[in-house]
Amino acid sequence: MNNPQLDRDGNLQHLLSIEGLPKRILNQILDTAESFIGVAEREVKKVPLLRGKTVCNLFFENSTRTRTTFEIAAKRLSADVISLNVSTSSQSKGETILDTVDNLIAMHADMFVVRHAQSGAAHLIARHVPPHIHVINAGDGRHSHPTQGLLDVFTIRKYKPDLHNLRIAIVGDVLHSRVARSEIHALTTLGVPEVRVIAPKTLLPAQVQKLGVHVFHDMEDGLKDVDVVMMLRLQNERMNGAMLPSTQEYFKTYGLTQEKLKLARPDAIVMHPGPMNRGVEIDSTVADGKQSVILPQVTYGIAIRMAVMAILAGGSPAGDA
Amino acid sequence: MKIHIKNGRVIDPKNNIDSKLDVFIAAGKIAAIGSVPEGFIANQTIDAEGLTVCPGLVDLSARLREPGDEYKATLTSELQAAVSGGVTSLACPPDTDPVLDEPGLVEMLKHRAKQHGLAHVYPLGAATRQLQGNALSEMNELHAAGCVGFSQAKVAIKDTQVLWRVMEYAATFGFTLFLHAEEPFLAEKGVAHDGEVATRLGLKGIPSAAEALALATILRISKETGAKVHISRLSTAEGVEMIRAAKKEGLKISCDVSCNHLHLTEHDIGYFDANCHLKPPLRTQRDKEALSAGLKDGTIDAICSDHTPVDDDAKLAPFAEAEIGATGLELLLPLTLKWAMENKVSLMQAIKLITEKSALILGVTGGNLSPNSDADLCIFDANEYWKICPAALKSQGKNTPFTGLELAGKVRLTLVHGQVVYQQKP
Repeated sequence: MNNPQLDRDGNLQHLLSIEGLPKRILNQILDTAESFIGVAEREVKKVPLLRGKTVCNLFFENSTRTRTTFEIAAKRLSADVISLNVSTSSQSKGETILDTVDNLIAMHADMFVVRHAQSGAAHLIARHVPPHIHVINAGDGRHSHPTQGLLDVFTIRKYKPDLHNLRIAIVGDVLHSRVARSEIHALTTLGVPEVRVIAPKTLLPAQVQKLGVHVFHDMEDGLKDVDVVMMLRLQNERMNGAMLPSTQEYFKTYGLTQEKLKLARPDAIVMHPGPMNRGVEIDSTVADGKQSVILPQVTYGIAIRMAVMAILAGGSPAGDA
Repeated sequence: MKIHIKNGRVIDPKNNIDSKLDVFIAAGKIAAIGSVPEGFIANQTIDAEGLTVCPGLVDLSARLREPGDEYKATLTSELQAAVSGGVTSLACPPDTDPVLDEPGLVEMLKHRAKQHGLAHVYPLGAATRQLQGNALSEMNELHAAGCVGFSQAKVAIKDTQVLWRVMEYAATFGFTLFLHAEEPFLAEKGVAHDGEVATRLGLKGIPSAAEALALATILRISKETGAKVHISRLSTAEGVEMIRAAKKEGLKISCDVSCNHLHLTEHDIGYFDANCHLKPPLRTQRDKEALSAGLKDGTIDAICSDHTPVDDDAKLAPFAEAEIGATGLELLLPLTLKWAMENKVSLMQAIKLITEKSALILGVTGGNLSPNSDADLCIFDANEYWKICPAALKSQGKNTPFTGLELAGKVRLTLVHGQVVYQQKP
C-alpha cells in the first residue's frame, strides 16, 4: 500500500496524520519551525516563501483558533488565504465534500487546510486532488490533528530537549481525541520511552495500549514522576451523560490541580491544546501557574504550521527565512 | 432442446458425485448423468474438457436494489451479474424502498425477475412491517406471494417482546427467520470492529459483544418458541462458538458467513478504504480463523455473497458516511474456491457450501444435479486466474475491497432451466 502522505521520492506530499510519517520528516518539520520562530518578532513579520500561492482553509467543522493560526501562518509566508466555513454554506445545500473541493481547485487553490467532523475526510480529499495540490489535515473526527501533535512535541523539545529520557502523561478524553492520537504517534516515533494515558475506562478506546502507551485509571499513580502533563479538552457534550456523571466528579477524579501536579517531577511542564475548561479538566491556578506552557504552545503552533506549508510548497525555508 | 455436456469434471455434492462424467439435459431438466438415456439425441453439445460442471450457485443474500434504488443497480444489471458469476438462484433481503412487506410488491418483483429469464429470485419478506420492529408482517400472505423466509435485513428488532412474537408466529407456520445478530444499542453509530484499527483511525467501534449479546437473545427465544432461525453473516469467534453449542443442544439453527469476512480483517481498511465499510464489520484475524474453522467443521452452514451494489458517489465520502456494502455476486465462486484452496478443503466440499447447503436453508429446489431436477448449472475453469477489475464487473456496483486481486475460478457458461443464460466471451 502506498503511503498517501509521501511522494515518490519520500518527501512530504500531504500532512494527513503523524502515524505513518518517518522520524526524518517529523524532525524536518520541527527544525524548519525553529527557523520560523524569529519571524514574528521582526518588524516585517513576513517571508516570501508562498508568494503567489493560494491557501484555502476548508473548515467543515467550526473552529476559530486553529483556523486563525493557519491563516496567520499562511499570511506570514506571503500566501493569499481564503477561509471557508463550509458547515454553514454548501454542505447544508447538499453539496458533497469532493464537489466543494473541485470548485476550489477550479479557482486555482494550491493548498487545502481541511477540518472535518469525520475521521478520514482529509485522506479522502488527498486521494482526490491532482498531484500539484497539497492537503493539510487540521483535524478529522477522532482520527488525527497532526499540526497539533507536532506543535506539542515542538513545545516539549523546547523545555525538555532530551526526548529519549522523558516520561509523559496524557490525561482525559482519549477516546474522542484526535489530539491525543497525534501526540501519541509523535512522541513514540521520536523516541519518548514512556507515554502514559490517564482516563476512566469510558474515555479510552479499545486496545489503546496497542498504540504503545501505558494505561492508568488513577491520577495519583499516573502522574507519578512524569516530566510532562498533557491535558485534553473535555467536550461539552460528553460531560453529563453516559460517558461521565458530571463535571464536578470529573474534576475531582481527573482534573489537574496543584495538589495532583505535585506528584509529577518538580520541573514538570503542563500543556493543554485549548480551549480549556477551567474547573473541569484543569484548575485555574495550574493553567496560569509557572509550570504551564499553554500560551507558548499557541505561539509555536504558528511556526509549526508555517513549517508544514513551506515544506509542502517546496521552499527552502532555512535559507530564505 | 436437448443438451449434452461432455468431458467435464462433474461435481454434485448432494449426490456425492465428483468425476469425469457427461451430463444430459432435456426439457430444462437433468435427464441423466453418466450414461446417455435411451433415444437421447442432443441438439447442442458442450465440450467441458478441463472444466468443472456443478449445480448453479445459490446465494443466500444478494441485494438487487429494486424496487426503489434503481440508480444503484437494477434487476437487469444484477441478474446478469448473478449468472456471469454462476449464481442461478438468489435470496434478496427485504430492505428495498418500499420495504418488501406487501404481497403485491413481492409478486411484482418475482414477476419482473422471471421476465428476465436469468437467475431465480427468492425474496425474503420483511419480518415486521416496514422493518420497524413493531408489528408483525403478513407472513402467510407474503409466503403465498413467493417469500421463502422472513428477514429484518440489517435492522435489529430492539424490542424483545416483538422478537419473541415474530419467532412464535413464524414457528407456527414453519417459516425460517433470517436474522442479523447485532445488538443495536452497542452497535449504534459504529462503523468498524471495536479494536486496534478503529482506535488508530478514530472510528466508532462495534464490539464483538454486540454479536454475542444479540445471538444469546435470539438463541434463547428460538429455544423457547421452536422457531427455525438462520443467522446471516456471522462475524466473530465467539459467535461461532455459540452457534456450535446451540447446534449441539439441538436448536433449529443454521448460519452463514459472507465471502468478504472469510478473506478480510479490520486491517484491510488500511487508509479508510470505504469499500471495507461492511456490516457486520470486518473483525480480527482470530475471528477470521474461527469463521474458517467453523465453516470447515459444519458449524457454519454456507457462504453468501452479501452482494450490495453501491453507486460510486455513495462511497466517495469519509469512511463513516460512505454507504455500507460490497458487490459480490461475481466474486462468490472464486472467493469460495480461494478459501477452499487456502484451507485444504476439497472442491466438492467448497461447492456444497454455495449450492446444496444454501438451497436447503432457503427450502428451494436448486443446488443439485439430481435426475429430473431443474437444469441449473455452472461450468467454470477452476484453474483460470483473473484479476478483479471493477469496471469489468457486470454488476452496476463496482464497490469491491478486492480490486486488483487475482483469483482462480472463471465461469464459462451458466444454464438456467436448460437454457444457456451466460457464456463467457472468447
